[in-house]
Formats: sequence, structure tokens, C-alpha cells
Amino acid sequence: MCNSHETLRHRNRGGVPSPIAGNESTFGVFVTESLKLSPLDGIHRELGASFTDFAGWDMPVRYSSDLAEHHAVRSAAGIFDLSHMAEIYVGGPGAGAALDFALSGILSNIPLGRAKYSLLLNNQGCIVDDLVVYRTGDEEFLVVANAGNRHVAVEAIRERARGFECVVRDDSDSVALVAIQGPNSLDILENIDGLEAGGLAELGYYRCLSATFRGTTVLIGRTGYTGEDGFEVYVPASDAAELWRAATVAGESRGLQACGLACRDTLRLEAGMPLYGHELNESLKPVQVNAARAVDLTKDNFVGRDGIMAGVTASAAVLVGLKSDGKRAGRADYAVESNGRTIGTVTSGALSPTLGYPIAFALIEPEFAELGTVVSIDVRGTAIPATVVSLPFYSRKARA
Amino acid sequence: MSIPTDLQYTSEHEWVRFDGDLAVVGITQYAADALGDIVYVDLPKAGKTIVAGSVVGEAESTKSVGELFAPVSGEIVEGNQSVVDSPELVNSDPYGDGWLFSVRVSSLGELISADAYAALIAE
Repeated sequence: MCNSHETLRHRNRGGVPSPIAGNESTFGVFVTESLKLSPLDGIHRELGASFTDFAGWDMPVRYSSDLAEHHAVRSAAGIFDLSHMAEIYVGGPGAGAALDFALSGILSNIPLGRAKYSLLLNNQGCIVDDLVVYRTGDEEFLVVANAGNRHVAVEAIRERARGFECVVRDDSDSVALVAIQGPNSLDILENIDGLEAGGLAELGYYRCLSATFRGTTVLIGRTGYTGEDGFEVYVPASDAAELWRAATVAGESRGLQACGLACRDTLRLEAGMPLYGHELNESLKPVQVNAARAVDLTKDNFVGRDGIMAGVTASAAVLVGLKSDGKRAGRADYAVESNGRTIGTVTSGALSPTLGYPIAFALIEPEFAELGTVVSIDVRGTAIPATVVSLPFYSRKARA
Repeated sequence: MSIPTDLQYTSEHEWVRFDGDLAVVGITQYAADALGDIVYVDLPKAGKTIVAGSVVGEAESTKSVGELFAPVSGEIVEGNQSVVDSPELVNSDPYGDGWLFSVRVSSLGELISADAYAALIAE
């Protein structure tokens, strides 16, 4: 037996970035010295996690079962270590204006305690990274970028912030990120011993607040990447293990499950959320991937504006959701076809654990993007019919 | 990790249990663990002639696809319908109820002992 994308035989992983969402990163058990370790690494090893090389970090891919972890988040709660994510502090009187110039949206006017999804564009208006920006003070912002784009994002923001009165600081190594996601997540956070966080229950989606955990200041956002209610806690790396253990105690009677990056990928896919390197990359413009809402053209000047204004060609691929019958899922890089002709490519796909049928994101020719259009996915030589459907595939509101 | 000593193995992470000229084939615990939760298996049909070393089926998890190679040549006697209906059996009992297919053997492929297999995955 062998994996059709990457053999089960041992290989030198060499610390080469390999996005989890692909089919290729399940076997990350061969640690090389170049991999970075999370501040929670000791806990993961105690828990018997399997690991994967994610953007140069040795991160838990699963603790027990991808499916059990996935279902725990949908039905109860899951706790994730996301310490590989990049945290970039931007502060000073010109911080808001700098971010307005550096990123696609207007960040200077988001109120204190709010978060906003935004894009880092290049001069051509294509996507260099997608990020979440939290306003943490009158003149302070936390920009959270993907691990694989950490250095690119830090350098780009630093370069673009020149001439603005602000500092840009890469805090990624000193800040850990613990996410608690799922319908029981509020109940769990309210019962973490030592967490003083007033107003959590009233905290709206994409809002954040400052709290303390045993005397240490932490930032809690009602944000996530799973399609469930949930929280992300930014905590100093030195306090992360204590927070994780306290959350585990609070979660014991509330169905909390330690969750790896494998289920994070199927959760975000069901929720219709793009993953950089799959649905987003440096050759795509926001309008192609349903992300035009993250671009604010009322701004006179920001990096990428000319490229956005230039638009895309009529034949530029667009991102769609596909669903199929049966159990065989299209996966990243599989061809999408119509009448035997290749019309696009799957960017992510899986047999949906919640829905029970195969789902996929694909970039396809626009004439096939209308809802209800039937195309096919070449699943290793077999044409599997797939229908263009609206996103997200799964919504907790629709279920409720 | 358990590697039953009464079985033979392939470097492609399959196991084979012989009973006369009948061979029962599955994938190892190591392979099942590496794949993650198996959600779909595609097995060769009864009566099909298979050649050692060729691809005869697939096992898919939520994250990965693994191809099944024939460890021996011969004719398929039976695919395990229980596994088709409940692919999770491959994870929970890879050497027992999670067996994949049986073959009437005409010739052997390249098989290795449990010790050799243990050494292979320890590399």
C-alpha cells in the first residue's frame, strides 16, 4: 500500500513548507531539527499526538481520530494549538493609516474591540496573504497572518508602514494562540480557573476583549476557523501550557477534545473558509475567490489598488463549491472537467464528516460557475459528477 | 505498535495470512494510523485475476488516499463487504475484522517477515 501523493516510505521532510490542507502531509512523524516547536509541544507529546510539518512547524495533526475531533467541535468543543500563526503588532499614532495603506480594507476606523478580515495584496492586486486584524488599543492593532507567510507579511507591512508614525513588530515567537471552538466553548471559557474575562457572553462575533489569566494579560477574540461559535486566546508563550491545562480541566465535563490540524482543515472546508496556498494565492485577485468584500475601493491609495481596478479577464477562473454523491472525494489538484475537457482544478476537497457527502472548493472557468451546473471531477481516472452549490457547505445557523 | 508475528508483510504496508493456497490481505496498523480515519475503500471484485505488485484498490481517509497493491498473484475469492460498509474497521481492527480481501494464490510477490517489517517502519 502506498500513498498516491507521498509514499508511506520514510523520507526526509527537510522542513519544506507543506500545507496541511493538501493530501500530502499526513505522515509528518519524522521530525527534522529544522522544525520549530510550539510552546505547547510537551503537552501534545504527553497526549500522544501525531505530528505534521506545517509551514516549518512540528504541529499536531491529530490526537486520536480526525473524525472524532471534527465531530467534537460540531457537537461540543475542541481545543486547538495555533501557535504557529504569525502575530504582528502595529502600534503608534499612524498605525491605522499605515494599515489602510498596507492592507485591502479600512482598518483605521474599526472600533476598539473589533476584528476585521483583510487581505495583503501585491502591486498587481493579487493575494499575498489573508489576515485578521484586531483593534487592541486606540493606536494599537494585532495583525494575525498565516504561518507560512509570516516573514513575507512582516516584511511587507514593515515596508509599507515606512513614513507612517508607527512601529511594526513580529511577536510570533513570544505569543501563543489557543483556540476553543464549538457550542460549549463559552461555557468552558467561563469555567477556566484563573481566567478573568468580563463580558464574554455578550462578546459578539469578530469582537475581542482584553482579559487576564492568573495575572497575565491575554486577548480573547470571538473568532475562529471552524464554522462554530468559538474563541481564540492570544497568550504569552510562557503561559500557554498553563492555560491549556486549565482549559482542559474546565472542559472535562463539557466534551472538550484536543483537536489537530487535520480536523481544522475539514471544519474550515465545510464552513466555506478559504486556506492560503489552496483557495488563495499570489496569482489570484479577490474578486475571483469571493473576497471582494475585503477590499475597500473608497480608499484613495493602498497597495494593490491599481491592480484591483484593472479587474480580471472574462475567462479568469472563479472559486466555487462542489458537492458530489457517494463517498469518493475530489482532492487538491484534481482536474475538474466538462464534456471531457478540463475546465478547472480542485483546490481542497474531502468527504464531509458532518454532511456525509464529498465537498470541494474548485477554481473553474466562469461559464460553469452558475449554481446547479453539473461538472465532473477526475478522481484518479474516474469521472465523479459534481454540482456547483452555494457556500458555505455547512452553516450552524442553518442547522439550528 | 503491534506487528503480529504469524503474518507476512510487504514493504507497501500490507499483511498476508496464509491458509493453504488461500491468502487473506489487509493493511498494517502502521499504515492505518498513518492514513487516519479511513472513510472509503475500493476493493477488487471476486473472480478478478490480480498480479503481485499491481494496484488493486484504494483506501481513503479524510486526509489521504492510499493505493492497495497486490501482495500475491492469483484470483480474488472475496472482498470484505463489512469493510466496504464500515471502513472504520480498518482502523479499529486492521489484522482482524478489518481484513480487505482474500486471494486464491498462484504465485507469491515479495514478502517479508514481521521482524523485517518492524525494522522497516522503525527506520
